[in-house]
Order: sequence, then structure tokens, then C-alpha cells
Amino acid sequence: MTSVAKQPETQPMVQATAVHKRFGHLHVLRGIDLTVARGEVACLVGPSGSGKTTLLRCINHLEQITGGRLYVDGALMGYRERGDKLHELHPREAAKQRQDIGMVFQQFNLFPHMTALQNIIEAPTRVKGTSRAEATETARALLARVGLEDKERTYPGQLSGGQQQRVAIARALAMQPKLMLFDEPTSALDPELVGEVLDVMKQLAQDGMTMVVVTHEMGFAREVGDQLVFMDGGVVVEAGTPEDVLTNPQEVRTKSFLSKVL
Amino acid sequence: MAGSGRQDFIDAVPLRRPGRWIAAVVILALLALLVYGAATNDNYQWETYRKYIFDSRISAGAWVTIQVTFWAMLFGIVLGVILAVMRLTRNPVLQAVAWGYLWIFRGTPVYVQLVFWGLFTSLYPHLRFGVPWGPTIAHIDIQAVDAAFFFACLGLALNEAAYMAEIVRAGISSVGDGQSEAATALGMPWGLTMRRIVLPQAMRVIIPPTGNELISMLKTTSLVTAVPLTSDLYNQAHQISGVVFRPVPLLLVAATWYLAITSVLMVGQYFLEKRFSRGQSRKMTNRQLQALARGLGGTGHGAGEGGGVGV
Repeated sequence: MTSVAKQPETQPMVQATAVHKRFGHLHVLRGIDLTVARGEVACLVGPSGSGKTTLLRCINHLEQITGGRLYVDGALMGYRERGDKLHELHPREAAKQRQDIGMVFQQFNLFPHMTALQNIIEAPTRVKGTSRAEATETARALLARVGLEDKERTYPGQLSGGQQQRVAIARALAMQPKLMLFDEPTSALDPELVGEVLDVMKQLAQDGMTMVVVTHEMGFAREVGDQLVFMDGGVVVEAGTPEDVLTNPQEVRTKSFLSKVL
Repeated sequence: MAGSGRQDFIDAVPLRRPGRWIAAVVILALLALLVYGAATNDNYQWETYRKYIFDSRISAGAWVTIQVTFWAMLFGIVLGVILAVMRLTRNPVLQAVAWGYLWIFRGTPVYVQLVFWGLFTSLYPHLRFGVPWGPTIAHIDIQAVDAAFFFACLGLALNEAAYMAEIVRAGISSVGDGQSEAATALGMPWGLTMRRIVLPQAMRVIIPPTGNELISMLKTTSLVTAVPLTSDLYNQAHQISGVVFRPVPLLLVAATWYLAITSVLMVGQYFLEKRFSRGQSRKMTNRQLQALARGLGGTGHGAGEGGGVGV
């Protein structure tokens, strides 16, 4: 990715400054500032409608921001800066920007007409031009990593929710992303299946992956998160280490929210 | 335990269902009467049916019918996909034009449309290809060429496109937003997402009604006499019956041919539907079950070793 990467080590992975997002008259994000360092796990929490998911979708430009600046790895998402004027990127260039940002959805969104293995090799072979043999080898390794090495020929409809979400994580990892976004990855799962997905995510965090996770799992945020961001009404109300925010919240809204979920 | 009979297997006396038997017997008896009545009724003139069922004029007519069906469906589907995409774009002009097309072509009888296309040559006797108000590149005198076959295909295709557009649009809309979103998030561009992710899933919804349209088109070709094209199956049978004054057996000849072609199409549709329903069932396919059984039979639970269940 071409960018102004002068100090790649110190440059944050995600840098959002005064980000706004409007859908017509609906003002969803009202000036978000967020910095996620390399290798950091940031957990976004907050009541529904607070804009967490919208922010996540803006990070990989599934939604186009309407104000502020949002950089991923030094590259401005969705726009090109020319002088002091911004130019919208062509969809093809935007697609290229997304290639190394993995995303995992609440509803898994696996491709139901493809087996687990086909789901994983689809993007590497079609988008990156990786050879089929190489992509298959990588995919098998990834399936083993998420504990599903015996499911490569299985269609998503034949898998449990937890297994589907693990395949979805493997699918995102197959593009060798530098950043992984998780949109409430365990919210659609039966309670006994949540653990297997969180275990995979913990392992991923330990391997040094930079992650932004929208979640209601406070236990996961406390154990794995480096940063906890509490959002409400389209703004970041409070951010800090999970320990600080969870045990010693400063804001009234944070206290009230935590009293309901903890 | 050994002497108390098998507790794990219920060997119950099945419930008697006399109603089913009575209904089946009554229906079969009525059918037999119908067939017997038709076979022994001289007014059906079965000897004429046998004489003309493999007549070369009839089989030539069937070939024309198949050709008209093929071209009309082909262009109907292509134009239908274009119209569907136009209706799904965000361009209001394209949307409105596609809507207007549907409004006109679904709102008027296909017979009327075919008559119109037959009269097209009297509206535009000459076709001139070139730059408006500029030089002419090509010039065609339509009235000079035998255009009945062309206009029959065109008329049916334009009408069909309106129905196909709605079928394709319903198919594309049936694929959830999450699918194209997941593909987009993986960095797949719009065209690739459409081709690899959305359309293959839309096909499952598109194929059954398209099969119906194809079968319906085969029969609608009997209206091409409106253009007028008279070399198709129905009109050939009709012409022979006009000469020999025996309409009933020749109607049955045409019906038999339509039925035979439709049957072949239905078999094709079955296999197409099967092809595009992959991943829809929670049940495992035979191949998957075999692979699983082999894995279990080998080392107990060794299915995962060495790259899984490779064949």
C-alpha cells in the first residue's frame, strides 16, 4: 500500500480523528477520535445504537465517512488527498485497500454454496492471484489453527454456529491481513459455543494481530483487550485500559452502562 | 434381557388405511374408462394420427418451433438480465426506462405484440445505419428479405425479457446483503462479487421459474402465425388438417410433439436445479458420507490427519 509511511514502527494501525458519519439526516458518528497501535487489541463497547458497528464498518470503508479523517496503516480510507482537497477513490482502489483488512461478521456471512475450504481460498485465488495449490495449503493450515481440519469439505449449512464463525475467521486470515475487525462475533451464538470462538480470538491476539473488536463479552475485553473504548450516542465517552474503565469508570454514562452488563 | 424380546425395535401392526385404497381404485377405474373410450371412439381417427405422427412436415415444424424457442429465450434472458441490473442500479434514468419497458411489454398481449412486429416492415420499410443527418453506412430493404422468422423471435424475445427481468431481479434480491458485504470486505470488486458470490446463489431462485418460462415459451411459439410465420409445429399440423379435413387427430399429433419436447426440457431442468442447490441441504451428500465413513473406519478418529478426507 502506498502511503506516507515514514516511521512504520511508531505509526498507529488505525488513526481516526474527528470522524463523522451521517446517513441522510441521521447523525450516527459525531466526532470520533481513536488510535489503535500495532499489535493492540481494542474493544469497542456500548449500548446498541451507539455507533460501534458503524465505526467498525468505516474503518474498512464499507461505509464512507462524511467528516474527519480515518487512516489505516498510514493510508487514508476511501479518499485520496490532493492538496487540501479530497477525491473519492474508484471502487477498485477502495477494494484494494480492503484486501489486508480482515472482517468477521455477527452473522458469519459464509458463502453457503461453497465448502469451508472453497470459502477460504476464494479471495486469495481470485483477488490476489495466489495459486490454487498454495491457497489450499494455507487454507488447510488455517482450518487446523481454528480446530476444524476435518471440515474442509463441509458446507456452512452443515456446521454449527461456532464452527461457522471459526471458518469465517480462517477465511479472513487467508488474505494475510494486518488488521482484523470483529463485529459482535459471538452475539449470534448459543452460549455454549461462545468459548470456542473467543479461544481462537485470544490465540490470534497472542500471535500479535492488531484487532478491533465490537463485543459485549466484558470478560474477553478484560482478559485480552489492551484498550477499552466505551461509546454512546456516536461519541467516545471514555477510553483506557480495560482494568481502569471497568473497575473505575469516570463518566456517569459508563457507570450506568456497566452496571447493566456486569 | 435376552428372553424379553427386542425393546429397542418397535415392530407394531401398521394402521389400516382403507380410504386410500378406495380412492386409488376409483381414480384408476375412471382413467381406464377414459383411455378405453378414446381408443374405441372412431371419431378420434387414430389411423390418421398414426399416419401423420412422424410426417416430415410435422418434424420440420417441430424443428422450427425449437429454433424459435431457443433464440427467443436466449435474447429474452440476456435482455432480461440487463433490465434487472438497470432496475437495481442507483441511476434513476436507467431505473425509469427499465420500468417503462416492463410496463409496456407486460401490459399488452403477446399476440398483439407479434402482430405489431409483423407490421414493422410497413412502418419502416427501409433500415439505414449511419450517422444521424450524416453519411449512410449500410442500407437494408426489409420488405425484400423474408423476415418472418426474425420478427417472430424478436417479438417473443422482447416480451419474454420483461418477465425474465422480474425473475432475475427477484433472484438477485433473494441473496442477503451480508453475502456481498462479506465479499466486499475480502477485497473482491463488484463484478467478481456478482459473478462468484451473488449470481450463483441467485440461480437457485432464478432457475425454476425460468424453466417454467422456457416450457411456456415453447407453447407460446404457436402464436407466431400472427407475424405471420407458419412453418412452426402447430401451424404445420393446422395446415395439414385443413387439407385432409381431420382437425382432431392432427391436434393430437401436435400435442404429442409439444409434450415430448417439454418432457426433455423437464429432465434438463431437474439436473440444473440439482447443480445449483449445493450447500442448501443440511444433509450430507453421498460423497461426504463415504469420505466420513472411510475416515472413521480407518483409525477410529483419524479423519483430520494428513490434510483431512482427501480422495
